[in-house]
Amino acid sequence: MSQIVEGPRRTNVWGKDIEPEYLEPRRGSPILPTGGQAVSIRGLEKSFGDVPVLRGIDLEIPSGQFLAVVGKSGCGKSTLLRLLVGLDAPSGGEFSYSDSEGKASAPNSRIVFQEPRLLPWESIADNVAVGLDMQRHKGDRRTEVAGALEAVQLSEKADEWPSRLSGGQRQRAALARALVSRPSFLALDEPLGALDALTRITMQALIDRVWREQGFTALFVTHDVGEAVALADRVIVLDDGKIALDVEVNAPRPRERGTKESAAIERQLLDAIFRSLPPERN
Amino acid sequence: MTLATDIGKVVFPAGRVASAPVARRVKLDALLPYLVPVGLILAWQAASSLGLIGNRLMPAPSSVAVAGWDKIVSGELATNIAVSGFRAVSGLLVGGIVGFSLGLANGLSRTSFTLTDTTFQMIRTIPNLALIPLVILWFGIGEEAKLFLTSLGVFFPIYLNTLHGVRTVDPQLIEMGRVYGMRGWTLFRRVILPGALPSIFVGLRFALGIMWLTLIVAETLSANSGIGHMAMEAREFMLTDVVVLALVVYALLGKLADVIVRLLERWTLGWHPAFQTAQRS
Repeated sequence: MSQIVEGPRRTNVWGKDIEPEYLEPRRGSPILPTGGQAVSIRGLEKSFGDVPVLRGIDLEIPSGQFLAVVGKSGCGKSTLLRLLVGLDAPSGGEFSYSDSEGKASAPNSRIVFQEPRLLPWESIADNVAVGLDMQRHKGDRRTEVAGALEAVQLSEKADEWPSRLSGGQRQRAALARALVSRPSFLALDEPLGALDALTRITMQALIDRVWREQGFTALFVTHDVGEAVALADRVIVLDDGKIALDVEVNAPRPRERGTKESAAIERQLLDAIFRSLPPERN
Repeated sequence: MTLATDIGKVVFPAGRVASAPVARRVKLDALLPYLVPVGLILAWQAASSLGLIGNRLMPAPSSVAVAGWDKIVSGELATNIAVSGFRAVSGLLVGGIVGFSLGLANGLSRTSFTLTDTTFQMIRTIPNLALIPLVILWFGIGEEAKLFLTSLGVFFPIYLNTLHGVRTVDPQLIEMGRVYGMRGWTLFRRVILPGALPSIFVGLRFALGIMWLTLIVAETLSANSGIGHMAMEAREFMLTDVVVLALVVYALLGKLADVIVRLLERWTLGWHPAFQTAQRS
């Protein structure tokens, strides 16, 4: 962790001790033996043409952590996510995955996009099976798909076309597709950005529960500071391609909403996000 | 119950409609498209019977029906329909398969597109019926001439719409497929082809129209069998009822082709929201 301390500020609003609580067993569920993959990022850079988007990111994501990345549009948060799951190639720097024991391993990552991106011409069950089909995997395809659909509470929609589902249900199907292959690292790129406020709350609870049950490492990109604080162990603020703030959130799970502590941490994050903006004139 | 109130019920589905038996309303909806053609034929028959239309130039529907019956009994109609139908289908298959393959190739490969698309676009601007004199010189009035013309006519709409369909498949879905490890044939079968299918069907619809048009012209100009030939032969003997019969047969064949495509669409595009209204009712 020492790399991070040198750069941006690290604070702990709730716990007095700095010891990260994410290493303790999660409440309500045993940690699965698979464990999440840790990611180590050193000097990661990305530019599109002459425009730099990421200017040297150093970050350690420990195994099983729920890390949220917030920031303004264009701050590079989605780019960071796309680099880590291999959708784009970095312009400089490097990153590596390792398993929960610290041994280097090949990325076992999945991504949930902002849009569900379901194949409209395949049933929900077949769409979820997309997550399995291209893999060498043992076990029964149908059982695995049914299990993933049950985890996102969508079992009764297995045979429907995607067009028959609501926005929230479609995004749940997309989550099931990502989870069915049991990833060790799950990247979520503003997965709730297109949903209405009430659906977002139930989806947040669902993501929280699934993460606690399956024990993967989560990288959650969002522009919603409240959402980040509600879900994550740790929140980083990206500003102009750099980490501007790195905060731990040590509240017990499942979390209460609208507490004084969460409001404080949200304000701190918003301050960091808007620090670079010129003062508003009235 | 008069027809007028029935139409009113369909257009303004309030009050009374809610209590109307569903089965009757569905049956009525199915009959509605035929109301206008049947009405026109009745009016035409009435005008002919009253002597408002001269029978020499425009026969009454009843005499067309009689002519049709004669041709059916003699077997001439069946033979001619079979001949024309065979020409249409073979033209559609040849032009369709070539157009579909090249549309796919040019949609998927930038090199293939750069190499061939300009040529196709240039040939496309020539009305294919303008080639008739040349085609008659090349092939005489044999089957090759008609196959060539219909294939060429069918080729372009299928080619263009397949190309367009492949090009406009949602890039986000393609990215999703790649993220989940789909490559080559799998990516094509599960993402690109189904995504292009609605557009390909639009092309097929256009192609069917052009197919009949080209075939009719080709048959009336140069043939010794087929519906078009039957019509031209009848014209020489002023048998207007047979000429009109040929038109009716063409209309029915065109409608039949359209119905087949609709069924195909409903079968393959069941996932598409536009094709789900029928299931619900």
